[in-house]
Amino acid sequence: MHEMLDTLAYYFTFPFVRNALIVGVLVSLCAALLGVVLVLRRLSFIGDGLSHVAFGAMAVATVMGLSNNMLLILPVTIICSIALMQRQRNKQVQGDAKIAMLSVGSLAAGYILFNRFPPKGGNVSGDVCTTLFGSTSILTLSQNEVWLSLILSIAVCLIYIVFYNIIFSLTFDEEFAASQGINTKAYNVFIATIIATVISLAMNLVGSLLISALLVFPVVSAMRVCKSFRGVVICSAVFSAVCAAGGIVISILLGTPVGATIVASDAIGFALFSLIGRLKGI
Amino acid sequence: MPDNTLLKAENLSIGYGGISLVEGVNFSVSNGDYLFILGENGSGKTTLMKTLLGLIPPIDGKISFEGGLKKYGIGYLPQQSAAQKNFPATVSEVVLSGTLRRGSGLFINKEKKKRALYNMQRLKIDNIKNHSYKELSGGQQQRVLLTRALCAADNMLLLDEPASGLDIFITKELYEIVDDLNKGGMTIIMISHDMSAAVKYAKSILHISKEPSFFSCVSDYKAFLETRKGEYAYA
Repeated sequence: MHEMLDTLAYYFTFPFVRNALIVGVLVSLCAALLGVVLVLRRLSFIGDGLSHVAFGAMAVATVMGLSNNMLLILPVTIICSIALMQRQRNKQVQGDAKIAMLSVGSLAAGYILFNRFPPKGGNVSGDVCTTLFGSTSILTLSQNEVWLSLILSIAVCLIYIVFYNIIFSLTFDEEFAASQGINTKAYNVFIATIIATVISLAMNLVGSLLISALLVFPVVSAMRVCKSFRGVVICSAVFSAVCAAGGIVISILLGTPVGATIVASDAIGFALFSLIGRLKGI
Repeated sequence: MPDNTLLKAENLSIGYGGISLVEGVNFSVSNGDYLFILGENGSGKTTLMKTLLGLIPPIDGKISFEGGLKKYGIGYLPQQSAAQKNFPATVSEVVLSGTLRRGSGLFINKEKKKRALYNMQRLKIDNIKNHSYKELSGGQQQRVLLTRALCAADNMLLLDEPASGLDIFITKELYEIVDDLNKGGMTIIMISHDMSAAVKYAKSILHISKEPSFFSCVSDYKAFLETRKGEYAYA
């Protein structure tokens, strides 16, 4: 035990480890907040689709040798997010099939790009693995990326608090909100933009294949024990932050991949909350 | 006679994406009125309601709001969606969302809370205000949504088939509540395909269909049904 604490203390003397912890916790917290909206509106699969789009964009950015991948990933993901939300609202035929096609299409395109134009000095399978599972990238964040993640996460939290009542109204009953004169179209575009932003940020943390976990696990777990909307929002944010911190610490101690460990602790948390919910008889 | 018209539809055509479902709809609703909108499934009842609420634009014709009714001052009771039935929210959270446009600002203030509480007492759900919405029975859920609509309403309620999926006792109770609200001065527009309820509670009836829609008082409507005997059955 003592030895473990020593190891931790040693690791936390490095600024990049501290950065990883701060960014990891903040981004997970934001993902949980937006996950509430996605899960309750039955749009969780959009999060999954978008994460694959972000993978494709990441591949293009890497191949182009951009200094900051975010410059490309962010706008591409935002545009796709708005388009997908719009499509879902219009309930066009085969909307879900289109999401599936977009999702695997960008995954395939991204992989081809990585293979055909391998980044200088990199190895293909390593890069792909990093992008998909986020293995170590969170530990190699540049100072700029850390700031960007910090500012965006805090902005997302503030926006969520300010628009909390409108977010509830839109999530519970979009049509009623519109009947009260709330510009639901504009708010949907707004929410789609924020979701895309959080997904792009979470790419660094857990990689594109595991992002859905950050969106879905905290909310579904919170719903096992909380009855009110406010309760679910607060509980899932805390749940997600604790699991992220726990996952990062465990991955340092055991040398496991960061992203996968965070997701594993989310899964364990979910099992725990299900049990508590069952015992409480909710 | 003083004109106390609140809402007037003139030569209205409604539909989606430029294709009209129903054309030439004319009717008016005055203060304290109780209008039933009848019609078969797919005849355009819900489309008409969405047009009245300003959710979709009319294809042709005009809707005018008069006598103090504002465009978004109608309290709307939509049909429940499947996602709502399992939504984690307390009764008071749902009711409070009806006060969003009341007063200023995005936050819930005392004035909004007071309005919500007043309406919950009116519909006798203040004793369950901290209960979970998803654990309520269908009838109670409908009561909660009606309370939310009351919070949003200036002086008019629009109810979209509120009785669908409820058993006959709860349905009767719901109709009585709405009737009481109407007697208390609330103007009601109710979408329904329940002709017997319409004949019992309505002050005027709009029957929409592809043939010229019919709008009149209840006694004329009974006569109208006589002329089409066999086509429509009502108890």
